[in-house]
Amino acid sequence: MRHIISILIENESGALSRVAGLFSARGYNIESLTVAPTEDSSMSRMTLVTRGSEQIIEQITKQLNKLIDVIKLIDLAESQHIERELMMVKIRTASETRDEIRRVADIFRGRIIDVTPTSYVVEMTGTSEKLDAFLATVDSGTIIEVVRSGPTGISRGEKGLHL
Amino acid sequence: MELSGGQILVQSLKDEGVEYIFGYPGGAVLHLYDALFQQEDIKHILVRHEQGATHAADGYARATGKPGVVLVTSGPGATNAVTGIATAYMDSIPMVVISGQVPSPVIGSDAFQEVDMIGITRPCVKHNFLVSDVNKLAETIKKAFYVATTGRPGPVVVDVPKDITDPKIKVPYKYPKKVEMRSYNPAVSGHKGQIKKAVELLLSASKPIIYSGGGVVLGEASKELTEFSRLLGYPVTNTLMGLGAYPATDKQFVGMLGMHGTYEANMAMHESDVIIAIGARFDDRVTGKLDLFCPYAKIIHIDVDPASISKTVKVDIPIVGEVKPVLEQMIELIKENKKKPDKKALESWWKQIKVWQSVKCLEFDRGSRLIKPQFVIEQLYEVTKGDAYVTSDVGQHQMWAAQYYHFDKPRRWINSGGLGTMGFGLPAAIGVKLAFPDADVACVTGEASVQMCIQELSTALQYKTAIKIINLNNRYMGMVRQWQEFSYESRYSHSYMDTIPEFVKLAEAYGHVGIRIDKPEEVKPALERAFAMKDRTVFLDIITDRTENVYPMIEAGKGHHDMKLRVALGTSTDRELA
Ligand SMILES: Cc1cc2nc3c(=O)[nH]c(=O)nc-3n(C[C@H](O)[C@H](O)[C@H](O)COP(=O)(O)OP(=O)(O)OC[C@H]3O[C@@H](n4cnc5c(N)ncnc54)[C@H](O)[C@@H]3O)c2cc1C
Ligand SMILES: Cc1ncc(C[n+]2csc(CCOP(=O)(O)OP(=O)(O)O)c2C)c(N)n1
Ligand SMILES: [Mg+2]
Repeated sequence: MRHIISILIENESGALSRVAGLFSARGYNIESLTVAPTEDSSMSRMTLVTRGSEQIIEQITKQLNKLIDVIKLIDLAESQHIERELMMVKIRTASETRDEIRRVADIFRGRIIDVTPTSYVVEMTGTSEKLDAFLATVDSGTIIEVVRSGPTGISRGEKGLHL
Repeated sequence: MELSGGQILVQSLKDEGVEYIFGYPGGAVLHLYDALFQQEDIKHILVRHEQGATHAADGYARATGKPGVVLVTSGPGATNAVTGIATAYMDSIPMVVISGQVPSPVIGSDAFQEVDMIGITRPCVKHNFLVSDVNKLAETIKKAFYVATTGRPGPVVVDVPKDITDPKIKVPYKYPKKVEMRSYNPAVSGHKGQIKKAVELLLSASKPIIYSGGGVVLGEASKELTEFSRLLGYPVTNTLMGLGAYPATDKQFVGMLGMHGTYEANMAMHESDVIIAIGARFDDRVTGKLDLFCPYAKIIHIDVDPASISKTVKVDIPIVGEVKPVLEQMIELIKENKKKPDKKALESWWKQIKVWQSVKCLEFDRGSRLIKPQFVIEQLYEVTKGDAYVTSDVGQHQMWAAQYYHFDKPRRWINSGGLGTMGFGLPAAIGVKLAFPDADVACVTGEASVQMCIQELSTALQYKTAIKIINLNNRYMGMVRQWQEFSYESRYSHSYMDTIPEFVKLAEAYGHVGIRIDKPEEVKPALERAFAMKDRTVFLDIITDRTENVYPMIEAGKGHHDMKLRVALGTSTDRELA
């Protein structure tokens, strides 16, 4: 099953490589990983998407918790949560396709953030499935570049992952 | 007090109560060595190879329970230490390794003797630190010791760029009394509800077994384990790392379990209905084939590291905590409980165990005219009255030492179990002897293993560590040869050396005593002579039966109930190879 693990980690040099190294050394699957500072500059927040059986996910969370730099973590998939991913897609356009692309981007609540006579860059956020769905509507031959952030997430309700 | 980084490091180690540093100098640590030179409290042991430093510090740590301390230079000094760091990591041994690093401004420029020590050691340390500010040096050292020695212990590397120890830069020094790390809070006492549940399960067992491991030694809980086991009257088996945690000569002890464990221990595991694993980690050498592991048992597991629990074998009652407080609580609950162990069931369980014991799986040919390695260990046990510190290397000799030296006390059996590092035994023995100068320290080794860190014989002379090297010389990498005999139709591919040094001369060249023997009747007198020489290191080169194998054995892919036993006790002469 797919799991989204959200981690608060000390903002130390090398903290990221400890997490990445753990996954490669133990042969765990890692689909995406995002890292950025939090409101407290001494900590970073990492969101990691992985897949595995219950037993493997249990080991992954235990091994992550065991890293000295990891302060706290939660498996978002275990409760109600919101998930978002940012995508930018550069699409080759021809005069007869430009309107259609704009319309579809609109439907997906995307925005066109760069325009040249022959291309658009569409910006879009949403769940990964929504971004996949958008890409499926675009003629793959016209896609020049896809840049995705990987999902980040937050739990619903009042409770949160903090110190 | 204003001190330079070099002085701060040395002073921090003093404040930490460090007695010995095992090290080797070089460019990146010269400031530090200069600071060491100007004091007398900490004794520096100059090894002959950095791997030796790590194993010696490790041996010291295993024997004393205190963290071992290592100091090496950058680049090759640091990489030479890696095997020893990984060895300590696999067996959860507390160790602090200080490595020099090139000056901060040139890090990343492929400077002379630069290597990314933090990156290289990341997968084989509990944690590592790169010191980036001399003002944080003392605190970092404190953290290193704190992390290394608490929770599940392990090695910690502190990488110190040369500019940090610059004698010209002085800063205020204060060694923190305590550190807190918000991201590191190891569990201590276990969950009360879980402990209660475990006790209920234990008391309702009819074929129980106590499976204890290195965690009992690491957690100083032998006394508690012994009381707990006696209270219940259940059979006890130990892992290779747990030997000594429960007295081997006690009647409840059924021997080691696992690949080269006893028949009775493995059969009892297989047939048991309740297992309590105490500070043991279900290593594959212990479990054999996982699908066949303990099919009838409910399992309780006490471990301070949650990641050890249900890693390979799913357990029924996990208890995260230190063995000592958890066992104390269990003992109390058992005493309070109206329910007592099922006497009748236990009686027939022990009866069954006695039947397995009657197989006498550790019997060997005592009439042989060749020296049997098992016999040597038995004699070693007698001559040292079972009270020596025994270090070992890796191979058949290690298994024989584990099987035939009956350790009654923890921290007496010192070997590399998890990584299985040949070369460990000799430097480890030096570390042990430094810690306990009056104790008998024996290094049981093989002619291949001992050559991997043989240079440390020179260290042994310099520091007058009078150890006894028991070289079970079978002219083979016996353990490899055994596997080749069993699984590769005796194709002995590169498991022997065409040239083996004359160890007697070698010992003498290093300034020690060398004795070579090849007859069984010489074994005891030679051992007695060796141990009588209180102030000399003695190298006993014992020419053993080269065809001897370690029995019993669980072969790859088999379960506990499917052990290979010594088939017949035929004379070894007809099995002797050319
Ligand atoms: C040639 C060779 C053959 C071998 N054959 C065998 C064999 O036949 N049988 C065998 O048993 N081994 C054998 N081994 C050793 C094996 O590889 C493992 O090293 C060993 O089985 C592990 O022992 P352990 O389970 O006690 O764990 P250890 O490695 O000692 O780990 C200790 C466990 O206790 C936990 N712990 C630590 N401190 C505490 C505390 N204070 N409180 C609670 N928990 C704590 C740790 O988290 C860890 O899970 C062999 C090794 C070699 C090299
Ligand atoms: C550094 C290292 N290299 C290789 C091995 C693989 N290995 C395990 S046992 C063994 C043979 C050891 O031979 P010896 O020291 O003579 O001991 P014996 O088995 O003959 O008693 C080897 C090569 C190892 N454990 N460690
Ligand atoms: Mg040999």
